[in-house]
This record gives sequence, structure tokens and C-alpha cells, in this order.
Amino acid sequence: MNEKLKLSVSPHIHSGRSTQRIMLDVLIALLPATVAGTIIFGLRSLLVIAVCMASCVLFEMLFNLIVKKEQTVSDLSAAVTGFLLALNLPATVEIWQCVIGSLFAIVVVKCLFGGIGCNVVNPAITARVFMLIAFGSMATSAFPTVVDTVAGATPLVEVHGGRTPALIDVFLGLTGGTIGETCALALLIGFVYLLVRRVITWHIPVSLVGCVFVFSFFMEGFNVIDALVLVMSGGLLIGAIFMATDYVTSPATAWGKIIFGVGAGLITCLIRYFGTYPEGVSFAILFMNILTPYIDSWTRHKVFGEGGAAK
Amino acid sequence: MAFSIHGIHVPHRKNTHNDPIRMDAPKSVTIPMSMHIGAPSTPIVKVGDEVKVGTKIAEAGGFVSVPAYATVSGKVTKIQSIGLSNGAATSAVVIESDGEMNADESVTPPVIDSRESFIEAIKQSGIVGLGGAGFPTHVKLNVDPERIDYLIINGAECEPYVTSDTYTMTARGGDMERALIAFYEYLGIQSVIIGIESNKKAAIVAMQSVCDNLSDKFKASVKVLPSVYPQGGEKVLIYNTTGRVVSAGKLPIDVGCIVLNCTTLAAIGAYLKTGMPLVEKCVTVDGGAIKQPQNVIAPIGTKISDIFEFCGGLTQDPAKVIYGGPMMGITVPDVELPIMKNTNAVLALTEKEARIPKTTACIRCGSCTNTCPFGLAPAAIAKAYENKNAEALEELCVNSCMECGCCSYVCPANRPLVQTNKLSKAFLRESKAKEATK
Repeated sequence: MNEKLKLSVSPHIHSGRSTQRIMLDVLIALLPATVAGTIIFGLRSLLVIAVCMASCVLFEMLFNLIVKKEQTVSDLSAAVTGFLLALNLPATVEIWQCVIGSLFAIVVVKCLFGGIGCNVVNPAITARVFMLIAFGSMATSAFPTVVDTVAGATPLVEVHGGRTPALIDVFLGLTGGTIGETCALALLIGFVYLLVRRVITWHIPVSLVGCVFVFSFFMEGFNVIDALVLVMSGGLLIGAIFMATDYVTSPATAWGKIIFGVGAGLITCLIRYFGTYPEGVSFAILFMNILTPYIDSWTRHKVFGEGGAAK
Repeated sequence: MAFSIHGIHVPHRKNTHNDPIRMDAPKSVTIPMSMHIGAPSTPIVKVGDEVKVGTKIAEAGGFVSVPAYATVSGKVTKIQSIGLSNGAATSAVVIESDGEMNADESVTPPVIDSRESFIEAIKQSGIVGLGGAGFPTHVKLNVDPERIDYLIINGAECEPYVTSDTYTMTARGGDMERALIAFYEYLGIQSVIIGIESNKKAAIVAMQSVCDNLSDKFKASVKVLPSVYPQGGEKVLIYNTTGRVVSAGKLPIDVGCIVLNCTTLAAIGAYLKTGMPLVEKCVTVDGGAIKQPQNVIAPIGTKISDIFEFCGGLTQDPAKVIYGGPMMGITVPDVELPIMKNTNAVLALTEKEARIPKTTACIRCGSCTNTCPFGLAPAAIAKAYENKNAEALEELCVNSCMECGCCSYVCPANRPLVQTNKLSKAFLRESKAKEATK
């Protein structure tokens, strides 16, 4: 019996948390937005999601096979990337574009940098930006199929044009946009789920959205309703809740997260108000992704007994 | 600025609630000469000698060392080298028991009339830090009494499974009280704080009554602490009871504190009364592979296999046997090894309990740094260690790590973080030594 005893360094028990379980929770948290998107934009939404998820998983599997790396698709992170990318595309997107976007997200942004944990920027958000630039205005050209009241690409275009959509429409997502970004209600349900499961903390979403709210409040002449509409429009909520909180590309500590959120919020507003694109949250998150290593080194915790704690 | 010490909620899994059961004399005991930090004891018996319980069998091997005593009556049959669980080899005296457990006639209560004779008595008692460290207690107490502001008694017992300290506090209040009075009389200790986790209600009540009994002499109080691991870590306990901060490389006495485990204190009290040195230990025997988990009082040197047998044996082959708790305990390579002075628990974990999930890539989730009680960044330390960057390791204060294991426990990628911290400390030591010889 003795030769069977395992010898190892402490600790001898583990919390049971795993990367796979965390990713599964993210997938679950995206389901409300999926349901909403399918209702609003039609069944083709599901096709887009299926294609993106399948191609992301497949590309990661193939990449690992080709470079003879250990298979990592079972950690579900590629599935999360595919799911997120799909929700960031309009239901009308061409299928071949989905495949190319997935290839870009997984191979160029993630695998070539060393795979999970090593990517510098968020794969889904980078692919969204890539597709926006590469395929023109496709990323904002879908309209709800269930209602016919809304004209215009995204509420942001309308706001810029001087017409503000109704608050209730943007809350329920009855506006133009990508599959997963329009329904604020569904995204907030996902947010609560992630908080309850302790997958993410409130810091990044609240500071990012809060910053945009305050900025818009001033810019819209202290109009709370308009500011709320702006907060719930475009890709802000899905970006703040699901993309900006990506562990790999966001800071670790609470203060780091707040700096990241406020920074991304400010850049979003600057692009929205003064840039040429109607939506800026993707660019903003991408930019803050790149700053993350620096934010991390500025915002390390004080170490006990190292001048951090006075007697 | 106030520092907030983080921690984690570990599963308690405390299956032993009974008062301990005293084990019959085992067939033989193996008494290692190195059950403490410091020089090993020097055997003074030879094969064939008759010994009784409390007969001195080894002298202290130096100042930072303690004598060793026979823990059963019988005959010395072997003096041999054994391998300990930490990989070191030490000599050990094997005594075959006659089953009588007769006490040595020379055992009489110590005569104490001064600080010096008190400290010498503690040295002769063979008592070392019983919470796990095994540091000789008389060395810890041998400081200028003026420097001691607080005596802190560690009753936190934050490790899962282990309940032997809780038993000490609920059942051995008298011994603890006697020891505290001696500390007051001979070391002039005026202020005692007993730190206990809030989930140990009976221990809190028992210790409160000890404090009440002492209140006419000096200040003694119970500090109820949140049940958060690692509440019983020495520096954590000092901070949470007194607000004082022990920096890396410093000792508790540098901030005017002495910390003793509650079972160490009770052992001192018992020795003052009877003069019987430390010959037995209450050990929590638990884990999924144990048929009847219970607290057992066993002679020091009893083989782990004998203790398992006393607890009804094993329900299945254990995957791991551990000295101490599952967060910081040490795996045992062989159940023929003995329990030692600083053994507070022996756990036999099943395959399921001891299952360690596969290590995967770091996903930079930040759980390690957000969990570290001392605010370290284990993932960053691991990267610096990989790059063999001594400068970065120093900057990341790796030497502040108390190796509590919280980071490894929470890591979703199951990275060996605390293990890397240990390696990093050793690497830093080496590279500093190299630099010094340059």
C-alpha cells in the first residue's frame, strides 16, 4: 500500500474551480441575449452563432494539431470566442465572412500569440473590429424583423441624426444592431448571472458604463433619458459585460479594473461624439487591452508588511 | 493605512467532535531525534536499556534543541536512522513496549523560582511549538521580558479536518490557566489575547472563563475572529489581534508579541503540575479513508499504521496520508512513520478527496492575487521565476509569502502557485548567496 501513497506539496485540496467551468458560465450567461437576438432578428441568428462557434472550435483544434500542441478546445474558450463574435455580428452577415472572422479571432489573435492566456487583445472584439473595417459597414446594418417602427442602422446613428429612440425600445432591444447587443434586458440578466457565479466582479462593467453615462449626461444637456438610451445603445453593454471583463486582457486588481473601465468609457465617448465611427466601444476596449500589462504593474496590491500597512 | 488581510472559505470537513480517546500502549514506538527545528537531540540510551514513561533518552543537542523522553515503558531495541517526511534522515530510538506504561520515578514537578529556572524547566519538558512548526518553546521565550507586550494564544485552528486544538481549549482550560499564571509570575506577561475562530463556540466559552479567572491578576481576553483561512497564520493572527505588522524576515517579538499555540500552552501547564515531559499528543485522525474518524491521544512515536488500526482501520487504500491539515500539511511516504510532537492530525485522504485537477494555462483571472492574504501576485511571481529573474522576485516580495496555499487552492487552472513561491524563495536565497561570494 505504501508505494501507492501520493507525495505532493501542499495544499492537498482544491476549490474545484476550473477554466472549463468558468467558460461554461460565460456561455450560459450569453443565452438570454441569444434568445432575445433570435426573437428580434429571426432564426438566421442561430445559424450565424452555430457557424462562428463551430469554426472557432475547429480552427483551434486544427491549429493545435498542426503545431502539435496539446488540444485545448475542451476548455471551451474557443466556443466562448465564437459565441461572442456571433453576437457581435448582424443576423444578415454573410456566412463566409463569419468563417473568416473566426479564423482571424482564433488563429491570428489567440493561437499565434500562444493560445489561451497569452493573447494580448480580446479575440472576439478584435475580430469584430477587423470585420467592421474589412467588410465595410456590415457590422451595423441589420434591422429588427419583429417590428417595423425603427429606421436607421443603430440607435447611435439616429442620436447623431438628432432623433432619439424610445427608452423602452433600446431596453428591450427593438432597434437595429448586431444579434446580441441590442437587448439591454437580456444582457443585464447575463451580467447578474456572472456576478452571482463570481465569474466576474462589478468593477469593469460598472465603471465603463458609469463613465459613458456621466459623459453622455453632460453632452446631452443633462438629459437622463437620453443618457440612458445612449448607455443601452450600440455595443456598449455587451462590450462592458462580456468583452471588457475577459480575464486575459483586463487587469487583475479592483483598482486596475476601475482604471480600465473608466479609460474604455472615456475613449468610447470620444469616438462616439468626436470620431467618424458611430460606435467606439470595440476600439476602446481594444485600446485598453493593450494598456492592461501597464495598468497591472501600476495597480499591484500593497504587500503586507512592505510599507503598505502601518503599525 | 489599514491593511485588509484576505483569505478563503475552505470546506471545514471537521468530522471529529468527540473527546479524544486514549490509545493503549502500542507494541513499539519510534522516537525521532529531530522533532523540532534546530539541532537534533543526542541519544543517551543504548540498545537493551530499560526505560519508563518519562525517562530521558536523549539530551538537547544545543541551545536550539530539546531533550527527548521515552513515551512508553519497555526496552530500547534499536537506534536507527529513519527518513522523515521532509526527506531528511534522522536517528530514532525504537522502544518495545512492555504494555505497562509505568512512569519513571524521577518524574516530579519542576521547582521554579525565577525566570531562568522557568525557561530551563520548559526546555527540560521537551515542549516545542505544537501547532506544527516545532520551534523549541524555551528559545522563543528567552527574550528580554521588557520586549513582550502581548502573549497571543493561537486557537484559530483554521485548517480543515483538524479539531485537536479545539479539544485542548474545551477540555484543558485548567492546564492553560496554570501556564498563563506562570508566564505572568516569571516572565511578567501582563497582556494575553486568545484568538479563536468564531465557529468554535464551545472553545470560546471555555477560554472566556479562563480569562475571567485571571482578570484579578492581569489582562486576558478572547478575541473572536472570522472563520477565514488562514486565520491561524502567525502574522495574520498578530495583525488581527493587535493590529501590529510583522514584515518579511522579522519575528513576532520585533513587534512585541509572542505567539504560542493553545496546545503548547496546555502542555506547559501540564508539565508544571506533574513534571511529566511531553510524551503524548492528541491527534485528529480523519479523512475519507478512516473508518472511525476521532481524536486520539497517543504516545509520541506511535506508528501511523497503529493509530489507523485503533480507529477501526481503513475503508479503502488512501491516496494520500498527511501530517497536519490539507492546506499546509506534509504528505507521508510511509504509514510506518511515527507521529511526532508537532503532529496535530493524521489524515488519510481518498482518491476523490486528494484529487488534484490537471494544470492548464494561466488565464490571468487574478484570483491568486485577489485571494492572497498578504497581497502578493503569485502569477507574476511564477512568471519571474520562470525567467529566473531574481530582481523581479525581490520586487514582488516573494519572501513575504507564508505558503498558506490560498493561491493554489483557488486557481482555476490549478497552477502550482504556492509551490512556485517556495521554489522562488529558494532561488532568491541561492542567487543572493552567489552574489555575496562574488
